[in-house]
Amino acid sequence: MRGETVIRWVLRVTALSALSGLALITAFIFKEGVPVIAKIGLVDFIFSGDWYPMEGQFGIFPMIVGSLAVTGGAMVIGVVFGLGCAVLLTQFSSPRVISIVKPSIELLAGIPSVVFGFIGVVILVPFIRDTLGGPGLSVLAASIVLGVMVLPTVTSISVDALQAVPRSYREGSIALGATEWQTTHRVILKAARSGIVAAVILGMGRAVGETMAVIMVAGNTLDVPHSLLDPVRTLTSNIALEMGYAAGEHRQALFATGVVLFVIIMVLNTIALTVSRRRARREQAR
Amino acid sequence: MRIHPHITQRLAVIAMWTLTAITLGVLLFIIAYILAHGLPHVTWRFLTESPESMGREGGVLPMIVGTLWVAGLAVVIAAPVGVATAIYLTEYTREGRLTWIIRFGADCLAGIPSIIFGLFGFVFFVITLGMGLSILSGALTLALMVLPTIIRTSEEAIRAVPQAYRDVSYGLGSTRWQMVTQVVLKSALPGIGTGVVLAIGRSISETAAVMLTAGSALGLPRSIFDSSRTMALHFYILSREGISMTNAYAMASVLILAILAINLAAYWLMRRFVAKVA
Repeated sequence: MRGETVIRWVLRVTALSALSGLALITAFIFKEGVPVIAKIGLVDFIFSGDWYPMEGQFGIFPMIVGSLAVTGGAMVIGVVFGLGCAVLLTQFSSPRVISIVKPSIELLAGIPSVVFGFIGVVILVPFIRDTLGGPGLSVLAASIVLGVMVLPTVTSISVDALQAVPRSYREGSIALGATEWQTTHRVILKAARSGIVAAVILGMGRAVGETMAVIMVAGNTLDVPHSLLDPVRTLTSNIALEMGYAAGEHRQALFATGVVLFVIIMVLNTIALTVSRRRARREQAR
Repeated sequence: MRIHPHITQRLAVIAMWTLTAITLGVLLFIIAYILAHGLPHVTWRFLTESPESMGREGGVLPMIVGTLWVAGLAVVIAAPVGVATAIYLTEYTREGRLTWIIRFGADCLAGIPSIIFGLFGFVFFVITLGMGLSILSGALTLALMVLPTIIRTSEEAIRAVPQAYRDVSYGLGSTRWQMVTQVVLKSALPGIGTGVVLAIGRSISETAAVMLTAGSALGLPRSIFDSSRTMALHFYILSREGISMTNAYAMASVLILAILAINLAAYWLMRRFVAKVA
């Protein structure tokens, strides 16, 4: 029996490694980033628009606006398309259709972000420039590219949520004379709401955190965008663009940008996890 | 005027089919566009020679080798840790505060953006631990990044193994560890394999995190302590700096083919697993 005890302890310690990784990441990002925020002041760091690393001025307001803008745009596309696919897959299609569409959407999730960015640059950006005007590299281009990228996340988590709705709900509604579509949007979507909310929030997290594709299509200027056709720089691009040559306080300011990004992501994660956990608890109670 | 419910349903189904068709169309377009422009330039020489003048000429052998090293090492590190975590969560403990906090940690880790992993890997592995920009730093960073995927899929695979298998194993007098390794893991292996294969795919696709940890050296890496540029990063640099569009397309084609092969493998493993457990 002693062997079993040793095994149990080894497994328990190993099982803590993901958590320790998370703790290490948090500790090191904050350790590097917080001193600069403390020096500049949190309010100035977040609400100032002056990013002049040479003069020691660091304000990330335009990047925060940029991240929010492209994420908002991406979610419009990602949610409409992602939910559309998820509802079609779970409510209105044969196993044959599912066996083609589901792996395809998983494949879409596997395509490297640099490839999405590249297609954006060679197809989408010139198209926007020629038809809508502006430089092409824009909030709009980044939103579309990101929308396609978060679509698989939204789809797969929504599919799980929709499949978790008990069959009896559907049968009851159909038996009362509702059409399948009435059943879907009045019963199934309502019952799966918390799971779908979790899907949207996790998709949002992916959009906020995406880096390479955004760098390629967003234009990366340091101004607050005033229209969908303006170029923009996000928090993630700011880090990736300047990390290569930054040193000293400049590098710390990039870590501070990372701290802000990290906090946004953790808030989104926590909301998504609580929402889906509440759902799990409700299901247990049933 | 009220529209008849059956007409509303028709319209809704048409709308959803359109959305799905556009999604699949985008996927097909991306793959076809890259392969059509790049595949003609993927020659034997392209795959087996080193790049010349920053990648304008020559091939991509060092990037292929570098990618295999970084992705392979990442998964070799992450797989045992991930599977052990899954075994602990499913077979060696009851649901409670500890399992909740372990899952919470893994879920949070899964949501962290790759650029944050890159920043962490840079300050922790590259600088604090003194590993420098190297394959090892990149692999350790990626290992942390793919760990949640492996934990999640292994856990699902282990849970799918029928309880009767465990009962029979105990009935025959095996210890818990014998039961886990000889019965549960054996049945769950294809399912765990799916997670591992997907983790390899994610490691190959990753750019931001390896850029800050494995560096972008062009030479053929001789050990895991050398810096090495991965395929995805090479593609990014070729296209972004306008070095050579021809070679960028060719590099992207190799990447896309690798991802296709990996997804096919994952799909095949998953089907085998479902056939085995059901």
